[in-house]
Formats: sequence, structure tokens, C-alpha cells
Amino acid sequence: MIRIRVLLPAHLKTLARVTGEVQVDVAGQATIVSVLDAIEASYPMLQGTIRDHVTQERRPFVRFFACEEDYSLAPPNTPLPSAIAKGTEPFLIVGAMAGG
Amino acid sequence: MSGVRLLVGTRKGAFVLTSDGKRGRWEVTGPHFAGWEVYHMKGSPADPNRLYASQSTGWFGQLIQRSNNGGKTWEPVGNKFAYEGVPGTHMWYDGTPHPWKFARVWHLEPSLSDPDTVYAGVEDAALFRTTDAGQNWEELPGLRTHGSGPSWHPGAGGMCLHTIILDPKHPNRIFIAISAAGAFRSEDAGKTWKPINQGLKSEGIPNPTAEVGHCVHRIAMHKARPDVLFMQKHWDVMRSDNAGDSWQEVSGNLPTDFGFPIDVHAHEPETIYVVPIKSDSEHFPPDGKLRVYRSKSGGNEWDPLTKGLPQRDCYVNVLRDAMTVDSLDSCGIYFGTTGGQVYGSTDAGDNWTPIVRDLPAVLSVEAQTLQ
Repeated sequence: MIRIRVLLPAHLKTLARVTGEVQVDVAGQATIVSVLDAIEASYPMLQGTIRDHVTQERRPFVRFFACEEDYSLAPPNTPLPSAIAKGTEPFLIVGAMAGG
Repeated sequence: MSGVRLLVGTRKGAFVLTSDGKRGRWEVTGPHFAGWEVYHMKGSPADPNRLYASQSTGWFGQLIQRSNNGGKTWEPVGNKFAYEGVPGTHMWYDGTPHPWKFARVWHLEPSLSDPDTVYAGVEDAALFRTTDAGQNWEELPGLRTHGSGPSWHPGAGGMCLHTIILDPKHPNRIFIAISAAGAFRSEDAGKTWKPINQGLKSEGIPNPTAEVGHCVHRIAMHKARPDVLFMQKHWDVMRSDNAGDSWQEVSGNLPTDFGFPIDVHAHEPETIYVVPIKSDSEHFPPDGKLRVYRSKSGGNEWDPLTKGLPQRDCYVNVLRDAMTVDSLDSCGIYFGTTGGQVYGSTDAGDNWTPIVRDLPAVLSVEAQTLQ
């Protein structure tokens, strides 16, 4: 079991009733999908807000960043960098900038 | 002691406005769900403290919030709206087939008798129901799979199911309306549906009198007389005296018969209200004058209600779910505008007062009369 740091966008922090970073435990390899599964297991109210309930596709205005790289378009089983798996860097879930 | 609670959904959150029976002073709480669009909120007729809210954004999708204490606190409940089976296609704006895809919940209609049962009208048009207070939602697929479904097309705001009316005298009868498919009625609690658009005439579709394809904006009913329905169509105000089997135009002397909301006085089933809007391309009141029109004869003869409403330089809109009435002895009527004002009248529309002036654009207003 590895512990992953996750930074949620402001609206989802409010919904999950958390402040700052959250930490989730992932069994096995840290991939995009394993981290998202762990987030939704710990915070069920976030189900459907990051990825579609039915298709499991990332919502179009949500992006995933890790270690200054954009993982938004990477396949769900893509391994995340070791700094994410070691907990030295957070996995960032970002609401795309829009509306300005 | 009696009172009124107004549930106001806006582009950037929800607000709860509360007053005693005099309706002179209002307490405003909110924004709840700040920054999110709240298309609709409604309380259970069976338990006024049980409220439901539809919360969404383009970023994070759809949420449903439930309150068990009249809006003091809220908790997110189920937000999975999955169409039954393979949803297929409807018609896109250009007439080509377009895949059915869930976008948001436009309208929530709690059961008349069970606080845990709620109907949800969604975009792309379909009807869902929960029987466990919002934890799980299941589609009533007989509507979407009605044979005409592939020919339905969206209105400018999307292909939304925006009106749900539960008949208080016939428990298995439900009316719904879709922009732009038209009105439908079920006699078997939502299993099967019949289009009820005979008499509607819409110039913007290939066959103006087609069985489906009409852009119905809203339907209203008085609970004491559920066979009589009033409709604000895209253009035209309509009336049916046979539960939608046929419709007659009652636009009469309105300055324009385009508009969105329509509602009925709580105690006078022949007194109805609309807010005329200049046109489908100019969504504001004619001549910059915000006027509610009231007919005391069930249509055709309309009088403008202007006292307390801006009569110059006003270019707001009033959306389809943004008008409501209370049921106190002197019927209160309320509406919200895209300019963020909520106006109220405690004398059935003769005089108006702004309750709040500077909310985000108002999407919906629902009144609860508290005893």
C-alpha cells in the first residue's frame, strides 16, 4: 500500500469537506486510474465529478498534472512518476481555466 | 405561525429566502453551493423540510443535494443518471442524428405523498425517478423510447425535460414537457407516454402542426382542476380543458406571446400569469418595461401588472422555472430575473416589491407555504 498526496480543485475540496491536500492509499502501482479509484473510495461524493459515472472518461474541463507534466490525455493505466508514488510530490487534479 | 420560504436557484449558487406570513421582511441565506449553477430546487409537499437541489457545472458535472431541515444544512446524494439501455440518437440542430448524452438535471419534482420519491427531468431529455431520497436514480425509459424520440431536437438551451406535473386527482397521471419535442402524458405512472400537442402550431418546424417537435416552454396546472392546463409555448400562450388532448390559443391581447414562465393563482383557477418577452432573439421585455400580465378569465383578456416593477430601461429575462405562487389567503406571487432580482407581490400581482436585487442570474424560484 502506498500513500498518494492529491490536490483537489477548490470546488471539489468544498464538496468533500476537506482543506489543503488529501492523502489516499493505493494498493499496487500508482496509476491515474488507481489514484482516481482511491479518491472516489475515500470520498464517495466525488464520484461522477472527475470522470463520468458511466464511461469513466475524464470530464472535459478537468486536467491531471504530475511533476510538472500534463497527464490529462494519458491512458488511465499510465504509471505516475516515482515522486508521486513516494509522496514527495502531489497528484494535481485541476479545473481547466475558463470563464475569464 | 404561517410563513413562506422561497428556494432560489441561480447561476452561481442557491439562496433561501424566508418570511413570516406578512411577507414584508425577508431573511436571505446563501449562497449554498457557491459557484455552481443551481437549475432548480424544490421541497416535498409531504414534508416541507425535505428539499432537493440540482447543482451542476460544466467542470464537474451534476450533483443532487438534499436537505432534511428546510435548507439549513445539505448533503450530496446520488448523482448517477444513466440512461436505460443504449440511448441511441435524437436530432441535432442541423437535422443530423446526435447521440443522446446526459448533461444536467433541469427540474426536480417531489412526489405529492412520499418525501423519498422525486422525479427528475434531464438534458438530454429523459425522466428519472428516485424512491430512496435521492441515493439512486432510475430512468423511466418509456418516454425516451417513445417512437418519436429520434425526431426530437434541442431548443436553444439544450434538449431539456423542464416541466413535470403530478396530477393530484389521478395518481398515475404525469405530464411532462420537453424543448423541443412538446408535451406528453402518462396514465400509468410513467411506463408509457402519449404526445399531447394537438392544436399547437409552430412555424419553426417543417410541419407546423406535427405531433411532436414543438418548443413548449412551460405548463402550469391548478391542483383543484387538473384537467385544465396552461402552456407558454415558444410563441403562443395555450390552454387545454381536456388534460392536453387538445389546445387552444389564449394569447389574446398580450403585447407579445413569446415568453418562458406561466403560473396559476393559488385560489383562482382561472387567474393566470405570464411575462411577455419581446422575441426569441431578443430575450427581454418589450419597450424596456418589466410587466407581468394577468388574465382572470383563463386567457385571451390580459392586464399588465406594473406597480413596483421597472418601467424603463429594463432588459432582463424571466426563465421558465423562475415564477411561483404561495397559497396564503392573499395569494403571493414571486419571480426572479436574469438580472438577479427577485420580486414579490402579496396581493396577487397588484403591487410588487423587490425582495433582493443583486443575486446572480436567477434560474428558478419555488415557493413553500409554511403552516
